[in-house]
Amino acid sequence: MPTPPGAAPAFPDAAERSTRDTTLRNNLRRATHTIRAKRAAAVAELADWGELRAAGAAIKDHTLRHLDHYLEQVEAAVTAAGGQVHWAVDAAEANAIVTRLVRETGEREVVKVKSMATQEIGLNEALAAAGITAYETDLAELIVQLGHDLPSHILVPAIHRNRAEIRDIFRTQMGRWGRPAPAGLTDEPAELAEAARLHLREKFLSAKVAVSGANFIVAETGTLVVVESEGNGRMCLTLPETLISVVGIEKVIPSWRDLEVFLQLLPRSSTAERMNPYTSMWTGTTDGDGPAAFHLVLLDNGRTDALADQVGRQALRCIRCSACLNVCPVYERAGGHAYGSAYPGPIGAILTPQLRGTVSALDASLPYASSLCGACYEVCPVAIDIPEVLVRLRERVVEGGPVTVRGTRAVIRPARGHAAERAAMRAARWAFEHPRALRAGQRLASRTRALHPRHLPGPGRAWTRGRDLPEVPAESFRDWWQRTRGERGTA
Amino acid sequence: MRVALFVTCVNDTLYPRTGQAVVTLLERLGVEVDFPAAQSCCGQPQYNTGYRHESEPLLRHYAEVFAGYDHIVTPSGSCVAMVRDNYPRLGARARAEGRGSALAEAAANVVPRTYELTEFLVDVLGVTDVGAYYPHTVTYHPTCHGLRMLGLGDRPLALLRQVRGLKLVELAGADECCGFGGTFAVKNAAVSTAMGADKARAIEATGADVVCTVDNSCQTHIGGTLSRRGSAVRPVHLAEILASTEGRVL
Ligand code: SF4
Repeated sequence: MPTPPGAAPAFPDAAERSTRDTTLRNNLRRATHTIRAKRAAAVAELADWGELRAAGAAIKDHTLRHLDHYLEQVEAAVTAAGGQVHWAVDAAEANAIVTRLVRETGEREVVKVKSMATQEIGLNEALAAAGITAYETDLAELIVQLGHDLPSHILVPAIHRNRAEIRDIFRTQMGRWGRPAPAGLTDEPAELAEAARLHLREKFLSAKVAVSGANFIVAETGTLVVVESEGNGRMCLTLPETLISVVGIEKVIPSWRDLEVFLQLLPRSSTAERMNPYTSMWTGTTDGDGPAAFHLVLLDNGRTDALADQVGRQALRCIRCSACLNVCPVYERAGGHAYGSAYPGPIGAILTPQLRGTVSALDASLPYASSLCGACYEVCPVAIDIPEVLVRLRERVVEGGPVTVRGTRAVIRPARGHAAERAAMRAARWAFEHPRALRAGQRLASRTRALHPRHLPGPGRAWTRGRDLPEVPAESFRDWWQRTRGERGTA
Repeated sequence: MRVALFVTCVNDTLYPRTGQAVVTLLERLGVEVDFPAAQSCCGQPQYNTGYRHESEPLLRHYAEVFAGYDHIVTPSGSCVAMVRDNYPRLGARARAEGRGSALAEAAANVVPRTYELTEFLVDVLGVTDVGAYYPHTVTYHPTCHGLRMLGLGDRPLALLRQVRGLKLVELAGADECCGFGGTFAVKNAAVSTAMGADKARAIEATGADVVCTVDNSCQTHIGGTLSRRGSAVRPVHLAEILASTEGRVL
């Protein structure tokens, strides 16, 4: 993933700004709470959800352990089916490959199926720099693109917008990209959807090249799978002459039998549907049917580095269902943009610092963008222990240590700016190991309690800005115990 | 039965009443409680902030202090979660790094003996009616660690339902985090405060005069938020409610 410019604010600063945006908070609260309740109901329908979840995690873990094997199988199967496989180590390489492939067709426009991988590498911007225009065809993605905005949710990229905002975007922007919005467009969902349909139809019928991602790659046959709700993706996948799919290497699963597990886990977790309306699958090329040329770009971009970390690698199980975003109390207040990457919310907080490293202020702050409440772990359909990985990454930030960067073992140094905290943690540990010192400190706090300020300086100020401190009692528990029971304890 | 009280650093320093309530309650139930004075902190603040190497000595210390007790009881769900979930991880990592298995053995030694208060009451002592009396309208916030990491489930509510004089009212969005999260409350103060405000509003909407938790750390956050809002609702630890009787409402 391209590291965002050093100017990208750290998470707490970006989040502070979003907490003051009441429209954003209302939009997010309404949307996430609705889908959260629906998801819980959809999941509760399946008596074997726990087993499915364990199976999903196990299949992914198995595949990740033998990823080299399955990727070679994918390459062989795709090639045998008439497709071409390209390997991309990083974002720049992937963008260069796609740009070259589009150029070779002689086209200047491509239609796009919603794809996280291409967002991750900034493909639209790279294509634009090469004079190629990419049209997003997913409704929410279209809203984001027309609004010169960034996606803020994995599944519903425009979740931060309400209907009135969307109508305004359509009215003012659609004409600049193609067919304008119908006159008198209101903010009725049906009217908005129809406006998008008419606008997009023109693109589908004229485009010769499409770019997609994929939810899964079935290794045994080299089949790619896209799961969607609107059907726009299917239009992109079938109408153009050339199809280029950019897919992260972790999306592989061994066999069709494994797909059965994920086609149950994914729709219920993401859209709270029993079955998603459109499941498209394509294998290489077929004469007279669908695209005549098919390219698969397999994207690493930090994934093998993440694989090297025994705790962190579980993030690569993610099937991008977005359930963790919808239950996350931090995402709900901070909004997706604060995470500064294609992957917002809890999964973004653990995936981005692994793919991009923890060098920038933003990336180093992401592992702290959680209260460790555990709601994300509870809903994750592939049982990623997100809190555990967050703590692991915090350790990397404050203590440094061995990591893998571009396939090579390296030792990173602790991030700057944690020196005072590190000293405090060390001092606390020392006091905790020396009960006498601990007790002296408690007594001092008790004796000086009349002097304690209501508003603290330093890091404590962040606490007292919005909350009151409890009063230090006159006597600690251990002093009470000693006064009333003597030294009966084993100290 | 040798039972040790692990009072936790927050209880010890800021909420001695909670520890006193546990002693009162357990003694009333016929349990002889000991307080090993050398005890300190479980290491959760260090561990959760990323200072694994600062938390390891505290695991060793905890195992030494509480060796020889049948049960270790603590009125803090998050500290039990630290012991139960993270001590084994610390041990396994130390072993994987070739630093021997002493830490893993220490963890294996204390994990099965460490109980959160309501687990101890319901699972070990087998009681839900502890003979308490508490004439207040109470709502219960189930704290994230108690709810998800320990799976306390219905235990605290089962205990509260048996308290005479107590009217239990339901809290909307009870399973949502109050926004404390240890150092999160300081590092991401704006989000933490926003979460706390939503929690406080939900608590006020119940009409309760007391909000009950099983963790003093969440209590600090909820209490600090309510206090700043000038709210009349008081945060109280479950132990203090269960220790109360007709003669002495804590
Ligand atoms: S981490 Fe789990 S819950 Fe979150 S998007 Fe990925 S699969 Fe879904």
